[in-house]
Amino acid sequence: MYAFNYHRPATARQAAGLLSKKEDAKLLAGGHTLLPTMKQRLASPAHLVDLAGCADLKGITRKGRTIVIGAMTTHAEVAASAEVREAIPGLAWLASHIGDPHVRHRGTIGGSVANNDPAADYPAACLALGATIVTNTRKIEADAFFTGLYETALEEGEIITRIVFPLASRAAYAKFRNPASRYALVGVFVAKRGPEVRVAVTGAGEGGVFRWAEGEAALRNRFAPKSLDGLKASADGINSDMHADAEYRAHLIGVMAKEAVARATGK
Amino acid sequence: MATVSMTVNGKAVTGVIDPRTLLVQFLRENLRLTGTHVGCDTSQCGACVVHVDGVAVKSCTALAISLEGAEVTTIEGLATDGRLHPMQEAFREHHGLQCGYCTPGMIMAAVDIVNRRGNDLDEKTIREDLDGNICRCTGYHNIVKAIAAGATAMAGGSAADREPPRQAAE
Repeated sequence: MYAFNYHRPATARQAAGLLSKKEDAKLLAGGHTLLPTMKQRLASPAHLVDLAGCADLKGITRKGRTIVIGAMTTHAEVAASAEVREAIPGLAWLASHIGDPHVRHRGTIGGSVANNDPAADYPAACLALGATIVTNTRKIEADAFFTGLYETALEEGEIITRIVFPLASRAAYAKFRNPASRYALVGVFVAKRGPEVRVAVTGAGEGGVFRWAEGEAALRNRFAPKSLDGLKASADGINSDMHADAEYRAHLIGVMAKEAVARATGK
Repeated sequence: MATVSMTVNGKAVTGVIDPRTLLVQFLRENLRLTGTHVGCDTSQCGACVVHVDGVAVKSCTALAISLEGAEVTTIEGLATDGRLHPMQEAFREHHGLQCGYCTPGMIMAAVDIVNRRGNDLDEKTIREDLDGNICRCTGYHNIVKAIAAGATAMAGGSAADREPPRQAAE
């Protein structure tokens, strides 16, 4: 790891100030992607702005028909939250299956969403539930937030402060994980709210998380696992690597979507 | 250089460190607490697991400077008055190790499992929660047995913790 200057602001506002003043500064959240990347010398920021001291970025609250999660809330906190388990159990389940227990004690929702790893779990939940990503300057709909591989709509100096998840009538996640990395080989989050059905796929797309339109159309008629019978996702634009080729991943999209719907409907 | 203060195994410690010092380096090199091991150094293997503010974390993937004011417990902090912690005793009793390299992390992870899930642990729970700890010798069988037994022994409460666990089990 190359040397850097360390800063520990006490509020998100102070963090934003440091980010705008310091040349080549990066935010440190849970550090479970950034620190390994810095150890490999694939990142070498001159300044590290640690959000660990920003109490205003932590916590989970139920606000009307939404769950609001502070950016620095850990995966373990989301998984254990009584509010999340009651309001969106599929989201708590997702959080409880990220990485391993030790990783979940440090990794944060804001860090995961900002990083937009193509195999990360939270982006699928954000996209399927139609979450709003709130930053220090604006609100961004999930549909406009995830723009590509490790790419998001975040501007220089912008900090995610919280993520607002609207409740769904039914929602669940299913994940076929890589047993070594624990990342999703394919993960599918399904959500139904009134007549609207959204199916978000992570781990599979060459451009990161995406919505599976054919799956959504099939489930709009009837939100049941059977509706996906015989439906195959296209292998175009799907990742191929040493772990799984595009055909295999495309097949898994259907299988995981079906499992997620089964969980969401209790079947 | 920067100054960091935290509590390690109940003792207040302060160090003047380079900000890029990892928690595991701070523990091993500054405090000479070499019970915490570095295995993979890429947050996979769990040999470096310690408790920070009561929960298990991988100390190879945390900056020491970031843990200002934290309460850290390492494998050296488990035994009391020269007596092994019930989980350490269970690993010894059930031969939950061969080379021992992963053992400090395994035991810290095991105590964390008990803290989160209670004392009555089935095999499936233990195996799933050992996701973040890799052992390349034993095949996990005895580790799982040791954790189940250690968890039961820990139920004895604080008084039993201070007694030799074998006595407590009788």
